[in-house]
Amino acid sequence: MRFLLIEDNSELAEAVVDRLTLDGHVVDHAPTLAVAADFASVTSYDLILLDIMLPDGDGRSFLKRQRNHKDGTPVIVLTARSEVSDRVGMLDSGADDFMVKPIDFAELEARCRAVLRRRGGKSTNRITLGDLTFDSLSGTLHTPQGEAQLRPRELRLFEILVNAPGQIFSKGALVDRLFSYDEEVSENAIEVYIGRLRRHLVSSRAEIVTVRGLGYKLDAQ
Amino acid sequence: MSEPVAQGSLRRNLTVMLLLGAVGLALLVYFIVQSVAREIAQESQDNVLAASAISILDSARVVEGEITIDFPYASLSMLDTVTNERVFYAIRRDGRFLTGYEDLPLPTEPATAATQFASDTFLGEPIRIATARRGLSSDAGASTLEVSVAQTLSGMTQTLARISRISMFVGGGFFLLAALLAVLISRATIRPLDRLAASVARRGPKDLRPVAAPIPMEMVPLVRSLNNFMSRLQRSLSRSEEFIAEAAHRVRTPLAIVRTKAEITLRRVEKQENREAIRDMIRAIDESSRTAGQLLDHAMVTFRADHLLDEDVDLAALTQDTIESLRPVSELKEMEITAEIRGTPHLRGDAILLQNALRNVLDNAIKYTPAGSTLSVTLHETDDQAVVTVQDNGPGFPKDDIDGLRYRFARGGNAAGTIGSGLGLTIVEDVVTAHGGRLTLSNTEGSGACVTISLPS
Amino acid sequence: MRHHFIAILTMLLTACAATFSSAFEIEDHAIFGDDKSEQRLRILSTADIEFFAPMISSYLSATPEIQIDYTVASSTEVMRAIYDEGASFDLVISSAMDLQTKLANDGYALTHVPSSLPSLPDWAVWNDMVFAFTQEPAAVVISKADFAGHPVPSTRQELIAALRRDPERFYGRIGTYDVRNSGLGYLFATQDARTSETYWRLTEVMGALDAQLYCCSSDMIDDVESGKLAIAYNVLGSYAAGRGETDRLETVLLSDFTTVMLRTVLIPRTTDQPELATAFIDHMLDRTYGNGPTPLQNASPDISITDAALHRIRLGPGLLVFLDQFKSRSFLSEWESAILQ
Repeated sequence: MRFLLIEDNSELAEAVVDRLTLDGHVVDHAPTLAVAADFASVTSYDLILLDIMLPDGDGRSFLKRQRNHKDGTPVIVLTARSEVSDRVGMLDSGADDFMVKPIDFAELEARCRAVLRRRGGKSTNRITLGDLTFDSLSGTLHTPQGEAQLRPRELRLFEILVNAPGQIFSKGALVDRLFSYDEEVSENAIEVYIGRLRRHLVSSRAEIVTVRGLGYKLDAQ
Repeated sequence: MSEPVAQGSLRRNLTVMLLLGAVGLALLVYFIVQSVAREIAQESQDNVLAASAISILDSARVVEGEITIDFPYASLSMLDTVTNERVFYAIRRDGRFLTGYEDLPLPTEPATAATQFASDTFLGEPIRIATARRGLSSDAGASTLEVSVAQTLSGMTQTLARISRISMFVGGGFFLLAALLAVLISRATIRPLDRLAASVARRGPKDLRPVAAPIPMEMVPLVRSLNNFMSRLQRSLSRSEEFIAEAAHRVRTPLAIVRTKAEITLRRVEKQENREAIRDMIRAIDESSRTAGQLLDHAMVTFRADHLLDEDVDLAALTQDTIESLRPVSELKEMEITAEIRGTPHLRGDAILLQNALRNVLDNAIKYTPAGSTLSVTLHETDDQAVVTVQDNGPGFPKDDIDGLRYRFARGGNAAGTIGSGLGLTIVEDVVTAHGGRLTLSNTEGSGACVTISLPS
Repeated sequence: MRHHFIAILTMLLTACAATFSSAFEIEDHAIFGDDKSEQRLRILSTADIEFFAPMISSYLSATPEIQIDYTVASSTEVMRAIYDEGASFDLVISSAMDLQTKLANDGYALTHVPSSLPSLPDWAVWNDMVFAFTQEPAAVVISKADFAGHPVPSTRQELIAALRRDPERFYGRIGTYDVRNSGLGYLFATQDARTSETYWRLTEVMGALDAQLYCCSSDMIDDVESGKLAIAYNVLGSYAAGRGETDRLETVLLSDFTTVMLRTVLIPRTTDQPELATAFIDHMLDRTYGNGPTPLQNASPDISITDAALHRIRLGPGLLVFLDQFKSRSFLSEWESAILQ
C-alpha cells in the first residue's frame, strides 16, 4: 500500500517509514501540512497517517481542506494528546479512525484494513495467484473447491505469504506479525494457523511448503 | 460538587416585607377612612341638631311682655327623616326651665361657641344634644333663651356600621391590590437575578466568557466578581488543559520512537535471547505508555466530571460506535464482540466521558481475556435506568477482592504479564458516579467476568 | 264568629274603677274569650268595643284559650293612665297619634320587631314601638237635603264658596270639633293648618257662620242626620261610613287634600304579658297588611281618592311639636280668634 505520513518529529517519522517499509509498503513523509498538500495533489495514496500538532497548523484544518476538495483518501489520525477530548472531535471533522501514539503496527494494520473495508475496497486488494484469488479486505479466498472465509489470523498469515510467494518466512517473524507483544506465545503456535491454511488449499495447486529449519513459503506452482 | 446552603429567599423576604407594608397601609387606610367618615357623620348629625335648635330659637318672640315660641313643625320632624329617632328638647330661659323635657341634661361645659354639642344618656338611651342660645330683650330686661335638642343614635349607629363596613372593604380592597403589586414587584425585582442565573446555568462547562447582558446597577458588583472569577478560572483551566496535552505529547512521542525502532530491530535480530529481550522492551514501553495515557485520561475525566455537561446522549449509538472502534483491536486477538442492544435509551450527561468509560471497560476485557474469547455487550432499559453489561468468557475477576479493582492502580492478580495500569476501572467508576449511576463487578457462574454499568435515564 | 268567644259586655264604670282601682276615667269595658284563663291580655283603647271586636274575635278564633280584657277610655285619659299613673296594660290602642308618639318617644313603650312581613309599609311603624293598623280619613259629612239642587263641594275652596254664597242657609248649621277638648280634633286641625293656609280661611268662614263645636264625631253625624246641621267638617270618615247607606247623609273626602289618621297600637312598659302582646300585634299587622282583609269595618279610605290628595299623618317627632305648651297655646289662640267671633 501507499501511505502518506504527515509527522513533524523527524526521528519518529523516519522510524515509522522504516517500519512500514519492512512490511512492503511505500511511504512518503511530509513534515509539514504544506508539503503534505503538495504530495497529496500529485500522488494518489491508499491511506494518510496524520499527526495533529504540526508546525504550520492543526491537522484538523488539513482534514477539512481534504474533505472540501472531495479527496476521499482515508485518513487515520495519530495523536500524542489525551484521547478523551480529541477522539470525538477528530472523528467529527472527517477522520476515518484514530490512534494514540505510540503506534502498535499490528493494530495500525488492522485499522487500515477496517478503514479500507468500510470504504468499500478497491480491486487492487484482490490478488490472483495461479488458481487462487484472494481479497485481503474481505478475507475471502477462492480456490477450485470454492470460496472460503478466512479468520483474522489466517487472513493476515496468508496475506504475508501471498504478497511474497516463494519467500521463506521464519516462525519468529510470523509470530511477531500475528500476535501482539503482550501475548505469551511459543513459535510453535504458528503451526496451528499454517495447518488451517493448508486445509483451505487442499484443492489448489498452490501449497505452503515447510522449509526445514528456516520457516515457510507459499509455492504457487 | 456540594449544594449551596440556602438561607431565606430574596423573593420571599421582599414579598413578605411588601405584604407587611401592605397590611400596615391597609390598616392605616381602614382607620383613616373610618375616623374621617365618623367625623363627617357626627358633623352632619350635629348640623341637623343645630339647625333644629336654631329654628326653635328663631321662633321665640316677646309679645306684650309674654314670651311665645311658635316653633315650626319641621324643627322636630327634620330629625326623623331618614331613620326613626326619638327626639327630646328643652327650652330654658336664664337657666329656668320653660318647656320640653325638664330632665334633659344641661351642657356641661361653659358656653364658648354659638352652638354646643354633647353626648349623653337620657331615658336609658344614648343621645346627642345640641344646645343653642340667644339673647332676648323685653321690657323686663335682657335674658338668655337656651334651646337644647337631642336625638337618639339609631341612625348614627347604622351609619357607623355602614362606615365600618365600607372602610373594611376599602382597607381590604387596598390590601388585595397592594398584595398583588407586592407579588408582581418582587417578581420583577428578582427577574434580572433569575435571568443571570439562567444564563450562567445554560452555559456549557467550557463557556467561561464574561456576562455581557445588561444588568441592574445593584448587581454590577456581583457580576463583576463573577466575571473576574470566571476569567481566572478560564486561565487556570486552559493552562491545565495545555499542560495535560503537552505532557502527553512529551511522553508519548519518544515512546513512539523507541517502540517503532524496537519493532524494526526485532525484525532484524535472529538470536532467540535477543528477540525475547526486545519483545520484553516493547511490552514495557506499551505498559508505560498505557499508564501515561490512563493517568492523563484520569486527569481529564476528573476535570470534566467536575463540570459535567448536561447534553442528550444516545446510549445505543454510543455503545455501537465504541464497539466498532475496538473491533480491529479485538480481531488481532481473534476475539469476537457481540452486541445486543434493546431499546433506544437516552440520558443526560457527557458523551465523551461515557464513551471513555465504556472504552476502558472493553479495553480491559480485551486485554485480560485470552485470545479467541467472546465478549458480549448488552444494553437494555428498565423503568428509570439504562443498563450496559460487558460479559467475557475469560477467567473472571480474582475471587477475593473484586471491589478493590475499582481503586487506583489496583489490578487483577491473575492479570500478571498483561500490560495495564489498573486505572481503567477507576476511570469507569468516576464517570459512572458523576452521572449518578452504579458500577458493579461480578463473576458469572462457570467462568467469565461481568461488568455492569447502570445509569439513570 | 261570635260563637268562638264569650263576650261579656259591662257598662259599669264603677265595676271597672274597682277592678283597676285607678283614677283615670274609663268609658267602657269588656272581656272576650276564656274568662278563667290565666293568660289575660289587657288592652287599653280609645276605639269603641263594637269597632274593635272583630279584630279580637279573629284572634281568638285561632287561640281561644286566652282572655282579652278590653277597656275603652278617651285619648287624654289613656295618656293620663299610662304617662302619669303608670297603669298596667299589655297593649295601648289610640287614635291620638301624637300622644302615642309621645308615649313611645318618652320611653313608655317597648320595642318589638314585627315578624317578617314584606308588605308592611314604612309609614306604619315608628321606631319598632308604634304600629299603625288603620287609615282613617277626616271627612266632610253633608246633609243631602240642604244640598239638593246645589253642587256638592269637593274641595275646601268650593266649600268656602258655597258657605259664602248662601250664609243664611248655613248660619249656625256648621259643626266641627272643639279642638280645645278633642284630641283627635286638635290633631286634625293642626295637620290641616300645617298642610294648607286654606284651613284658616275655612275656619274663619265657619266662625263667621257661628260654627257649632263638638266633642265627638258621632254627635256631629247624629246632628247632620237629624237635620240640625247642614255640614260637619273633619268628621272621622270611618264613623260616617259606619252609618251605612242613608239618603240623608253624604260623606265627602275633599280632593284638595284629605288628612288621614292612623290608628296605632303600642306595648306599654307596664305590660306583664309581653309575649301575648307581641303575638297580638303580629296578628293585627298580618291581618292588616298581609293576609287580609282586615276584619275592621271602614279601616281604610275610599280608593277613589288619589294618593296625591291623601295626606297621611306621619308618625314621628314632628307630632310632638303641637303637644308643646307654647306651641299649643299659640295655635289655640289663633284658632279661637278664628272660630269665636
